[in-house]
Amino acid sequence: MIVVLAVLALASVLVPFLARYMGGRVFFVASAVALGGFIHTLALSPAVLTSVADAPVERLSWIPQLQLTLDLRMDALSWLLTLIVTGIGALVLLYCGTYFRPTDPTVGRFAAVLLAFVGAMYGLVVADDVYLLFVMWEATSVFSYLLIGHYTSRRASRGAALEALITTTVGGLVMLVGLVILAVQAGSSSIPVILAETPSGALTTTAIFLVLVGALSKSAIVPLHFWLPGAMAAPTPVSAYLHAAAMVKAGVFLVLRLAPAFADVPGWRLALVALGVATMVLGGWAALRQTDLKLLLAYGTVSQLGFLVVISGYGTRDTALAAAALLLAHALFKSGLFLIVGIIDVEAGTRDLRALTGLGRRMPVVAGIAALLLASMAGVPPLFGFVAKEAVLHGLLVAAAPADGAGDPVALAALIGVVLGSTLTVAYALRFFWGAFRTKPGVTALADDVRARPSMTVASAVLATASLALGPLAALAHRGLREVAALAPARPRAYEYELALWHGVGLELGLSILTIAGGVGMFLARTRVERLQARLSTGVDASDAYWRTMSGVDRIANRVTTLTQRGSLPFYLAVILSVFVLGTGAALVFTDTWPTDVRLWDTPAQVAVGAVMIGAAIAATRAEKRFAALIVVGVTGFGMTAIFAMGGAPDLAITQALVEIVTLIAFILVLRRLPARLGDRHGSTHKLLRAIIGISVGVVMALVALVASASRTAEPISAAWPALSRVIGHGANVVNVALVDLRAWDTMGELAVVIAAATGVASLLFLRGRTDSLPRVPRAELERTVRDRLARDARGSQRSAWILAGLTLDPRNRSILLEVVVRLTFHAVIVLSLYLLFAGHNLPGGGFAGGLVAGLALVARYLAGGRYELGAAAPFSAGALLGAGILIATGYALAPLFVGAEVMTSTYFEGQLWLLGDVEFVTSTIFDIGVYLVVVGLVLDVLRSLGAEVDRQGRGGQALTVGGDASAPLGASEGAR
Amino acid sequence: MTLSLTLVIVMAVLFACGIYLMLERSLTRVVLGFLLVGNAANLLIILMAGAQGIAPIVEDPAADADQYTDPLPQALLLTAIVITFAVSAFMLALIYRSWRLANADDLDDDADDLALRTGAQVVPVEETAPDEATTEFLPDPLDPTEAVPGTEVAERTERGETR
Repeated sequence: MIVVLAVLALASVLVPFLARYMGGRVFFVASAVALGGFIHTLALSPAVLTSVADAPVERLSWIPQLQLTLDLRMDALSWLLTLIVTGIGALVLLYCGTYFRPTDPTVGRFAAVLLAFVGAMYGLVVADDVYLLFVMWEATSVFSYLLIGHYTSRRASRGAALEALITTTVGGLVMLVGLVILAVQAGSSSIPVILAETPSGALTTTAIFLVLVGALSKSAIVPLHFWLPGAMAAPTPVSAYLHAAAMVKAGVFLVLRLAPAFADVPGWRLALVALGVATMVLGGWAALRQTDLKLLLAYGTVSQLGFLVVISGYGTRDTALAAAALLLAHALFKSGLFLIVGIIDVEAGTRDLRALTGLGRRMPVVAGIAALLLASMAGVPPLFGFVAKEAVLHGLLVAAAPADGAGDPVALAALIGVVLGSTLTVAYALRFFWGAFRTKPGVTALADDVRARPSMTVASAVLATASLALGPLAALAHRGLREVAALAPARPRAYEYELALWHGVGLELGLSILTIAGGVGMFLARTRVERLQARLSTGVDASDAYWRTMSGVDRIANRVTTLTQRGSLPFYLAVILSVFVLGTGAALVFTDTWPTDVRLWDTPAQVAVGAVMIGAAIAATRAEKRFAALIVVGVTGFGMTAIFAMGGAPDLAITQALVEIVTLIAFILVLRRLPARLGDRHGSTHKLLRAIIGISVGVVMALVALVASASRTAEPISAAWPALSRVIGHGANVVNVALVDLRAWDTMGELAVVIAAATGVASLLFLRGRTDSLPRVPRAELERTVRDRLARDARGSQRSAWILAGLTLDPRNRSILLEVVVRLTFHAVIVLSLYLLFAGHNLPGGGFAGGLVAGLALVARYLAGGRYELGAAAPFSAGALLGAGILIATGYALAPLFVGAEVMTSTYFEGQLWLLGDVEFVTSTIFDIGVYLVVVGLVLDVLRSLGAEVDRQGRGGQALTVGGDASAPLGASEGAR
Repeated sequence: MTLSLTLVIVMAVLFACGIYLMLERSLTRVVLGFLLVGNAANLLIILMAGAQGIAPIVEDPAADADQYTDPLPQALLLTAIVITFAVSAFMLALIYRSWRLANADDLDDDADDLALRTGAQVVPVEETAPDEATTEFLPDPLDPTEAVPGTEVAERTERGETR
């Protein structure tokens, strides 16, 4: 069985690729796969039908952590359903090969999803575990969504698909709750164990009814039936398979599965009989009103599903046998009828019975097949439908009026309902035949070329033949189905019924004749019936209720959204901060952890620095000009540097100072494009409110700092760091060792953030793809340009361009002194950055500081010489730097794994090296190199984006005169943007 | 654990001024406020280091660990400083983008949210009830080249209904 599941899954994956070469013929391959499943199931028959206890079982551990296993079991009920699922699946797939245009580009997808559905349905009926059953159950819902919505461009199709999906998955979720309760109560999720344990009590009753909600929603039982007529937006083969044979039977299957154990749960029989009879009668009544043949069948299916639920739920051996027979009979005739509708729709172009006329003469074979299938549906002998209906009537009769003892009034009600429903069934069967095939006076004749292709009729002919043959061969059917009945407990005095075409004259036969006569009568009096229907029409529609609920949900969602989403960032911030102040403030009121050791300052110099910072911060809030505000904010940053430097944190001081400089420059690069004054359009509003919120946050944070410091009583983890960094990290600088060794994971995360931010900056500025390289002028061309210019100046000497600014910048923007100094010191600064990088392990410095220094060297080159100078200084892309950095860092992290060590284990080398003497090398330096590269990449990305790219965009149409010809602008193409 | 009241006050002021700026509608001020809040948060972390000592450059592993300024907050801060820079660079790029697109560095209220609230905009509901088509072979609205099968029949259907 696992093999069948695997083959179906594999085939469903491969089919779309095959469809590229085979087109519509791919359906024949898919059909063969399903047929393989059918044959496999037939081969299992001897094992299945000998004894209930010896049913074939297969187990495969799936997710052991969740106790989920692929437990499959093929007992008689599963066997029956599997035969239907694979057999009718094969026939429908065969039919699809003639139904769709061979060139239809969607056939691959359709065949794949339909095969996947066959697999899910197969898994559902052989699942031996409630959770596996649930997984397969929901899988059928999802695939049915895809199949109903096959015509993706049609709104109606999408809406119907969603309607079916929501209805059945909501039902499925309710069912899951019930299944979990059952599994917990029985102490196992195995279905046979649950059935054997048969837990009882109020909780079990609740669980069973929750499961029934799922089953009834799947089987389209009133009041959850509305999705099935809606699902007729699906291609007709889908309806023939899902909505006649397979998916809608899942609910009936589950009822049949549970009935032997749980039919005596209080309310079970009453609820199922009441809902089933209501569904059967309402469905039949609605079917009589339909003018679309497919909808007629859909309501007919709803009606028959009600019929099936009544008989499946009753729970005696006789009714179980009758239910199995009816299940088979219905699958055969109803899918065949849907296939007939498909033929009519393909050939005649409509399914409207008011527009169809004379088809019986045009396609006599189709009409003949349809007549057989309809006769089976109506329960006319000698078709199998008659045999099944006799069995149903007998089962209910025996329960309602047993030979001795009191009868069950519920069974009597069910019997009356079934007879009433069957009468309607006969009537709408006749209406179908009349509507589809009879010549109607006054209806325009169909086009002359409307004929049925023989190839299309194969599948329905097979189904009709089966319906016909199983009548006389009822004994054969009984041989297969009696084991389904054997699952139900044997009751005392219960008469063991046997399926047969002729049981002699009895009450069952009388009721059969009554239903047929009543149905023919209703059909003959159809005009009067129609008038009655028009009068009784209430206009209440379950589907309308569904749509109203859905749009109601949308409206509520809308209202909730508008309530909370005001669209104003300051508003959101104010709310968040107010909650923070109130919440944290409330917690602070009740705390008694206050510090005892508070001193006014660490060093008196702190007070001076602090005063400057406070002044600068307040000035920042009052600044009217962008640059002024920026400078005072920068002052607070440099104040931080001073505090770090005084507080024994040289690494922080260096890094803070460098970052502060780069931040200032980045700000200036952007602000040069913005007007000098702040808040031109939005003046500062709500000043008082903002001040209150700001001051409250400040005060709360101060209190938090006090309480937090008092709460810190345990020995800090870092007390051991100084020793650790010498012994494990082989470095004297504890902070650096912490970054690259002791807490390297933090740094790893930080690198990821930095790369994301750098990429974000670039993507905001480079709109048309990340053209990563800076503009570069070919050296030879530059030299030629310079020579030409010099030649024009009639000097005639041979010189090359050393500083590009002379060629690319407006002379008024240049400072030759600056350019020369920067150019001269550039390499020295780069060397300094490398020194910081490698010295950092033992002295203040490290990858961050080194990278920032190198970045600053680039900044200087850019500021002095413009973007071409930057391109010459950094002839590689920022992305490559970032990528190389993170590659080195991850490589370093993962490399120890290959020698069997933990991630990020560092090693230490020491040795003599020629000329350099004693050399020590700690492998964590490699990680620091990665950090260095990422930081350089970040600064370069910021410069490229906020500097060079802003330059280019800012120039607009202005041409740059680089290259030999001053009148041929190099930047012309750029300027055109 | 000792605590410097001066630094606590500086931190509180930086928080207050930063939040004040962040509640503005000018994007530039928001970013400046963000920088102030960043500095304030860094101060909070360094405050948690407790008593300040000498720089944690260890020459002798056996030396008393208490004499150094706690290296743990320092390591955290070093990453925090660089991340603050990376994030503010990103916000600067946002300012520039906003300026290029709208010639403004303002935080306007989200137009969609406002429209939703005033009812000017209704969320389109994708689902609609199934229609009444009586054939599956409708012309594909997305495929203008596709032939229209059953058009004649459809017309006949119309006539049949009106009759």
